[in-house]
Order: sequence, then structure tokens, then C-alpha cells
Amino acid sequence: MLPAPRGPLSRAVTTYLRGAGPLPSEAEVAAAPVYGEDLQLALYLCYELHYRGFADVAPALEWDPDLLRTRAAMERRFLAALREDAPRHDSVDGALAGILVEPVDGTGVSHFLRDKGELWQLREYAALRSLYHLKEADPHAWVLPRLRGRAKAAMAAVEFDEYGGGRADRVHARLWADLMTDLGLDTTYGRYVDAACAELLVTVNLMSLFGLHRTLRGALVGHFATVEITSSPGSRRLAEAMRRTGAGPAAEHFYDEHVEADAVHEQVVRKDVIGGLLEDEPELAPDVAFGVAATVFTEDRLGDRLLADWGGGRSALRAPLSQAATHVS
Amino acid sequence: MPNSPSEPARHPSGAPSGAPEAASGEARRVVVRRKGPMLVEGPVEVELEDGSVVSSDRFQVALCTCRRSRRYPWCDTSHRDRA
Repeated sequence: MLPAPRGPLSRAVTTYLRGAGPLPSEAEVAAAPVYGEDLQLALYLCYELHYRGFADVAPALEWDPDLLRTRAAMERRFLAALREDAPRHDSVDGALAGILVEPVDGTGVSHFLRDKGELWQLREYAALRSLYHLKEADPHAWVLPRLRGRAKAAMAAVEFDEYGGGRADRVHARLWADLMTDLGLDTTYGRYVDAACAELLVTVNLMSLFGLHRTLRGALVGHFATVEITSSPGSRRLAEAMRRTGAGPAAEHFYDEHVEADAVHEQVVRKDVIGGLLEDEPELAPDVAFGVAATVFTEDRLGDRLLADWGGGRSALRAPLSQAATHVS
Repeated sequence: MPNSPSEPARHPSGAPSGAPEAASGEARRVVVRRKGPMLVEGPVEVELEDGSVVSSDRFQVALCTCRRSRRYPWCDTSHRDRA
């Protein structure tokens, strides 16, 4: 079902999706804060039509020209802001250098959750991340037809691993649903969109933006590389958080699996996906670097938001989670 | 998929069909870097010092060479510089 609107843009888009009113005007799109709740939710709704859609929305609206025009107006603002705000790097290696070093005294969300995260914070984290992990690897699959040779073969191999290597019970989105069950969360697709803050929507909209546009294939590859490079050590910390809080075996397994899988994926993505893409199309190097920088920028914004809320003893969600029976071992 | 008749048999010497490809004359390439894990095409079995065997059926396997991994013999990115 469609989530609740958060302002004029998302209200107009949800109304249009129900067939009950006009799309937002160009002036409304231009007036909304670019990383704000309203614009990011409106963009999220447009993108979701390309994944699994909504029960109460006609599927054919995915290719509705007027809706695509509104989406494009929001995307232009989003992309311009990202290009402005993401740090610039001279080379792909320069962009990757910062994430290939492990901080001794890290202060990120995974460090916080490992050291002092409480079960309620892990549940909030999982509810937020479910917007991506229940469609894990899907935004990146769109890049496959836009690659060739070595880059395509390597990208397909990593995606195959993400999709469980041909086994439905090992699809990473399935492992994620099992983690949610351990944490007493509802695994229904889209269940926590209403609870997700704009900073989280930005991180998912970023992948959809890069994934849906062939012109941004370099940035999509940069995004994927960043996820794979940062995932392994981060997953180790989150696995420790799950163990320490007694979250449950499936919750531990999801992150344990990612420690090992993503240590491999990182190597394959750097060597053959980035390496192969830049061999074919060296002019895309600045886009790959931008994809890395934009991913780090948006993840840092989300991390700052979560740590500010949790540090202040507040929920990071827009709607509190119901008290659910937690895993009993 | 079985070999087509036009392809040479994989194991002309009568080696067991489960034998690794390398045994039939096709060398398996292993990727090494000065920094980082050794990459081997999966599935892989690794015999450890105590005689125990661990296996991975991933398409590509990253074997720890820095000996710092907490999931040895698999890489867990512990080789990275710390700052």
C-alpha cells in the first residue's frame, strides 16, 4: 500500500498514483528541499514502480510519460545536489583510498552498535535498512546490459552470489527477512517505508537513480564497489552486535555471511568490474569516482542522523516500532 | 551440461570424474597480489595444519595470506591498513 505523504510533492504523487488528481507543478518541485522528507519520498514512490510497485497502484503507471517527467525534474535536482556535495577525487583510486583503510577508533553506526547498541536500536536499524535489503542487489542488476566482456561477467557472478547462487533459501534478501524475523519485525515488503527518515530514503534513491540510467553506469559501479568494500568490516561489527544482544541465529548469520562474501566481492569488483569497465570505457573514470563519493556522502549523512537520535536517547524512526516478541534462544 | 561429443573427453586417462580440472591438464589460474587475499576459482577445499578440511562453493574464494583473518583460511579484509 502507498505510504502516507510528507508534503505537497509526495501528496500530489500519491494522489496521481491513485488516479485522483494532478502531479505537482514544476514550481513545487523546485521549491522542495532536495534532501528533504517530501521530495525524497515522492522520488522513492516513482522508483518503486520499477521494482515491485504498490498493491493500490496501476502497474502501467511505471511508464506514464507525465509521471516520468515529474520524476526527471526531481532527479535533476537530486543529481545536481549530489554532484555539488560529494567530495571530488582526481581518480578512482583516490576515491577508493579512504574506504580501503580501517579506522583504529571508528565512530560510525556499526562501531556504535557493536560497542553499545541496544536491541531496540538494532531493531530500528533493521527496519530502516529493510527498504534496501528486501531488494538487495536489485538496483545493481540493472547495470548488467550496459556492461560487456570482463565487467559484465564479473558483475553477473557477484550478483549470482547475492541471489543465493541458484538457491532460493540463500538469496540475500531471504537471509535478511530471516534476520528481521529474529528481531521481531514484519518482513512484508515496504512495511517500514512510513517509518524511514529522509536520510535513509536518500541512500536507496541513490541506487535507483544510478541503476535506472545507463548514463550513470559508471556511478552505479562506483556505488556497488563502495558497498562491497565497506561491507565486510562493517558486517563483522554488526554480527558482533547481534551476538552480544542475543538477537538470534539468523540475525548473526546474515552479517557473518556478508563478512566472507563481501571480502570476495570486493576483490572481484575492483579487479574485474571496475577494471573491465575502465578498460572498455576509460572516460567513465570520473563517474565511477563520483559514484563512490556520493555513496560515502549519503551513508555518512544517514550515520550522523542515526547517531544523533540514538545518542540523544530518541528513536530514529518516524513511527515507533510495536513492541514485538523478540527472539528467544 | 555433459560434454558434447565433439569436445575432447575431460579425463582421457580415466581419472575419477570428481577430480579437479587441473588434473586433466587444464591449469587453474590463481590470482595473487602483494597486498590482499589469494583468489581461487571455487568450489575449493582447504586442508588446514591440523588436518581438518573446510570448503567453500562460492564462485570465487578469497584465501587469507596475511594470517590476520578471524575467519581463516577465508579473507575477512583484516589485511587492510589501519589509520
